[in-house]
Amino acid sequence: MLYAILCYNAEDVVMSWSQEEDDAVMARLNLTHERLTAEGKLGPSLRLMPTTAATTLIKSQDLVIDGPYAETKEQLLGFYILDISGLDEGLEIARELGRANPGGAYELRPLRLFLPGAPLT
Amino acid sequence: MIDMAWIDAALTSARPQAVGALLRYFRDLDTAEEAFQDACLRALKSWPVNGPPRDPAAWLIMVGRNAGIDGARRRAKQTTLPDEAVLSDIEDAETPLAERLDGADYRDDVLRLMFICCHPDLPATQQVALALRIVSGLSVRQIARAFLVGESAMEQRITRAKAKVAGAGVPFETPGPVERAERVAAVAAMIYLLFNEGYSAGGKQDDRARLADEAIRLARLLLRLYQTEPEIMGLTALLLLQHARAAARFDAEGEIVLLDDQDRSLWDLRLIGEGLALVDKAMRHRQPGPYQIQAAIAALHGRAARAQDTDWPQIAALYEALERQTPSPVVTLNRAVAVSRTDGPRAALDLIAPLEPRLAGYFHFHGVRGALLLELGQQAEARAAFNQAIALANTPAEAAHIRRHLDRLMPNGETR
Repeated sequence: MLYAILCYNAEDVVMSWSQEEDDAVMARLNLTHERLTAEGKLGPSLRLMPTTAATTLIKSQDLVIDGPYAETKEQLLGFYILDISGLDEGLEIARELGRANPGGAYELRPLRLFLPGAPLT
Repeated sequence: MIDMAWIDAALTSARPQAVGALLRYFRDLDTAEEAFQDACLRALKSWPVNGPPRDPAAWLIMVGRNAGIDGARRRAKQTTLPDEAVLSDIEDAETPLAERLDGADYRDDVLRLMFICCHPDLPATQQVALALRIVSGLSVRQIARAFLVGESAMEQRITRAKAKVAGAGVPFETPGPVERAERVAAVAAMIYLLFNEGYSAGGKQDDRARLADEAIRLARLLLRLYQTEPEIMGLTALLLLQHARAAARFDAEGEIVLLDDQDRSLWDLRLIGEGLALVDKAMRHRQPGPYQIQAAIAALHGRAARAQDTDWPQIAALYEALERQTPSPVVTLNRAVAVSRTDGPRAALDLIAPLEPRLAGYFHFHGVRGALLLELGQQAEARAAFNQAIALANTPAEAAHIRRHLDRLMPNGETR
């Protein structure tokens, strides 16, 4: 059974961590990451950049807005990981996906950290 | 589990919003700061026992407001207050707040707190010191260490700056759009100054160098408040892209390493990535401004895996655009460095020749001129320019950097 764990926290607090605190948290997490990867249970894991780096495409209006998707009527139903040249290419792809599946929005958020983990089947 | 590091980060991140709101209530900076201090002390006692509140800033504002009112009551030896001002016990602060902070208030509170530090009569370093004290909450001792002055001298400086700000009258009315834009611009300039204090400090991770981290934190905060402002995206991107090179800018002896010679594996790719993402966002607005253009230049350096991959023609064009927006001999000097890469040192020297009267007292002018002359093989002129630069160096690292050029010139007088 494949599961995703979505991580929520107070961004301004996390962004106030000093480098040492951040490293300490990551070191603690890595103990678990490494064990789970060795067990073949952990696929890709990633850390997002702050919401200030996000851009949102409202599909129905083809409207691009700065910042994260802030509405609460819709729920997070999935996500993609892309390796692309930048925001413009990302928006192009998001529009193409949106034509296939109109309604709702796509938030484009660059990744700060990407760990491939173990191959999952 | 709640540890002290978490509480510390929560108090730090809540501070601008909480002190900003308390300043709006009390209309006095000292009272607001004291009230926040009180609230923090109570948080340190309460949070480890009762667990952290869902919204630390709202908790601190509520508790701080009660503490401030209590304090005012004690000072006034006054027992009667209007009913509505008699607030419940702090234990109630966790209950859904009657006063949900609405977004607009929150933004104006934080902006006001940052803006009062930007009083035009305050010299740049005092604006920065005041911001570190009241927005960032650094102790006077930490600020004094960062500015390499004694604690009592810094205490005096901050007290004087606060008095000036209070005397000027804090602007409490809700700003109109034009005024708000002016405040945002003034705050952006202050954050940039703060960053430069840290950036010019050198390679050591000391108190002074941490100012750059704090500037980035404040820039991200300002951007979170004004998510659609391309110039704030540009400012934040610029700081991130510059700071990404921090580890490579100085060698083990603390001497300057020029961009071309830097070990790019030491660049922080996460900061570069965030900076590039913000430049991409800003460009979509098609409203270029000075921070965006400088960020775009830094982005071109950040994208170049090797020094020889740098897109110098594009950088020269961007400096030209920057020159049009903010004409200044220093910008022209920077453009000349790019032009020397695209059109050669002679073209660059021609470009900077007219700047001499205005930049005769500027270290970098003579340093750049010396390097260009050296490239042309004009040893004697290069040496004269480097000697002028050394006399004007602002830091030992700058002087040492020029001295290395001179040393290479010295032995036989002819070799590079």
